[in-house]
Amino acid sequence: MEFFIISMLNGLSYGLLLFMLSSGLTLIFSMMGVLNFAHASFYMLGAYVGYTVAQFVGFWPALLIAPLVVGGLGALFERQCLRKVHRFGHVPELLITFGLSYVIVELVQLIWGRIAVEFRPPELLQGPAFTLINDSLKGLSLFWGTAPAELCSTADAAVRIVCSPFPATRGFMMLVAVIMLASVWLLLTRTRIGLVIQAALTHPEAVESLGHNVPRVFMLVFGAGSALAGLAGVIGGSTFLTEPAMAATVGSVIFVVVVVGGMGSLSGAFVASVLIGVIQTFAVAFDYSLITLAEQTGVPLSAAVANNSYIKLTLSQVAPILPYLFLVLILIFRPRGLLGKRES
Amino acid sequence: MKLTMKIVAASAIMMAAGMSFAQKGETVKVVRIDPLTGLLGPVGVSQAKGYQFFAEKFSGAGNPAGVKFEFSTIDNKLSPAESLNALKAAIDQGARYIIQGNGSSVALALSDAVAKHNERNPGKEVIYLNDSAVDPDLTNSKCNYWHFRFDADTSMKMEAMSSFIATQPDIKKVYFLNQNYSHGHQVVKFGKEALARKRPDIQIVGEDLHPLAQTRDFAPYIAKIKASGADTVITGNWGSDLSLLIKAANENGYNGKFFTYYAGVTGTPTALGQNGAGRVYQIAYNHYNMGGQMEKWMKEFNAKYNDDFYTGSTIRIFEMLGAAMAKAKSTDPVKVAAAMEGLKVKSFNGEVEMRKSDHQLQQPLYMSVWQKADAKNPYSPEKTGMTLAMVKEYPNYVSSTPTSCQMKRP
Repeated sequence: MEFFIISMLNGLSYGLLLFMLSSGLTLIFSMMGVLNFAHASFYMLGAYVGYTVAQFVGFWPALLIAPLVVGGLGALFERQCLRKVHRFGHVPELLITFGLSYVIVELVQLIWGRIAVEFRPPELLQGPAFTLINDSLKGLSLFWGTAPAELCSTADAAVRIVCSPFPATRGFMMLVAVIMLASVWLLLTRTRIGLVIQAALTHPEAVESLGHNVPRVFMLVFGAGSALAGLAGVIGGSTFLTEPAMAATVGSVIFVVVVVGGMGSLSGAFVASVLIGVIQTFAVAFDYSLITLAEQTGVPLSAAVANNSYIKLTLSQVAPILPYLFLVLILIFRPRGLLGKRES
Repeated sequence: MKLTMKIVAASAIMMAAGMSFAQKGETVKVVRIDPLTGLLGPVGVSQAKGYQFFAEKFSGAGNPAGVKFEFSTIDNKLSPAESLNALKAAIDQGARYIIQGNGSSVALALSDAVAKHNERNPGKEVIYLNDSAVDPDLTNSKCNYWHFRFDADTSMKMEAMSSFIATQPDIKKVYFLNQNYSHGHQVVKFGKEALARKRPDIQIVGEDLHPLAQTRDFAPYIAKIKASGADTVITGNWGSDLSLLIKAANENGYNGKFFTYYAGVTGTPTALGQNGAGRVYQIAYNHYNMGGQMEKWMKEFNAKYNDDFYTGSTIRIFEMLGAAMAKAKSTDPVKVAAAMEGLKVKSFNGEVEMRKSDHQLQQPLYMSVWQKADAKNPYSPEKTGMTLAMVKEYPNYVSSTPTSCQMKRP
């Protein structure tokens, strides 16, 4: 049972990190129709800027400053580059963000080096958030913080006690993601600026004729999307690893999230990222292969088939390709994504 | 008459001396092809510093042949394809001695490429010195005359590790977690075979392979290991794959033992910290507290680079090359390769031998455990205050394993 809970929390926290990333991407796509290839690079920038700022003023100010810096850079890029190619259509827009992603990776390697930097979470987040204690007699109980050693051990050999701490960094990651989801949703649906943004999406000319500066709205959206990626970067970088390949490793997965969730749908991105996080985490846990399936359904296998190395592949071994398999299936059977509105 | 004799004798001595120092002052280019970037970059960078350091130490009067070693390095990004390009670049630069170690996947490709190159370019032969790739195939089914291995291969390390595990009655349930490439596969294969032979009562409760140098989050694997009830994990992981695994184990409260190959490699000591005390073991051909000349070297290296030296093969490669060049009286790889076969040299922990039949260095192995540094084991890596203390030494005859190599000699 504690295995299920801990794995579920691991999956949820990873999924929520993916959501922090993909929310910015899907926001930019729905507002501007730009598929931003450099989005994961802003995530990486957030981690590195956060690392540098944290060295001077500590982690908590860095958590605020780094997203602002990254958001500023994003807005600047929109103002100076993206806007200029906007009139040539979507393909040049796509290509310029594609180019930007390479420029950022090289710049990061020039400034911070080619190997991982040591970005530690603050003291407050280094221990466990809570500890699950599974006692074979008393059942499951929960202890906030680190459980004292006497609760985790027993003199009686017949009693089995397993303590499973849940790292505070992951709890914090989940908390921030949920706050972010709520505030972005409130901003878009309950405020004046949110209404202007939504209107500018479908009827830019009408909004412009009402006296709103539509290009500036686009710049703000791009900047805000980048800032969200930067925020995810500070948290992801300190929880996992801050290194030049971190953009490439999440880059492809967040595209999967956006496509599976439905292009431009915030709630879709939420559902898809949590789904992918949980699936990937649980897939690691299962050693089921096609042989297990055959055994359980009662299909006899010859020795040659049972020794085939492809048949022997377990779910945990194929876990890394599952999100992409999911992407292909969604595109075949439901091209607009889980919660997408557009048919095209 | 007497004078004539003296002149003859003197000139004979001078000739002999002149011959044995024919290559004195000659420069030998040594190129290492290894990752300097990416997740495993820190390992390659640290080892490159070690080669730089010892190339200077062993140059000139430092080796019996009196040659000067000139070391440089090319980044292969841990990719076999990139390594073949790097090999071409190194040969074009005039290097005849190639070193590689990180990744048996790379080593197998490189060994093959070197053999082909030598076959096609007589007179331009290249020697491949392998400092850390431990897939047994390299000295068995895929053995090759131009490849020389200085690390102990997986079958040797497993032989020693399982002998140690056999003396630990509290180990009952073992889990294998390894990288999904040739080295990881071999660890599982030889580990299972050796445990079944020496401790048939041990239960293997699980085995997993994860992608090489790509996993950032080991929490799901730790949850799985905990659920399996394993009291011991055997892993051949190295670099970030080991340090992130240990980090996840600490964060998620896994208290079992770890039997590793590479606990002393860059980044892992920091991840181990105080938490790993008494439950993380390493099997290797050296450890932090070898004493003697090694201790002085490690101190000097640490002062110079603010880094820890752990790849003892570096020293043996230069010792072996120097001795072989003196024996062959030449720096020509064809003669040096022939001289290296069966060559014995005195190294930092006694005599080691390059076995003629398969080019596998025969050497003692050490089982060490992670614990607090003390007067007996003073060397502490990465400012952790901890060290790897030797618990058991396995002399050559214990770790030595037979070979199926049918060496084709030119």
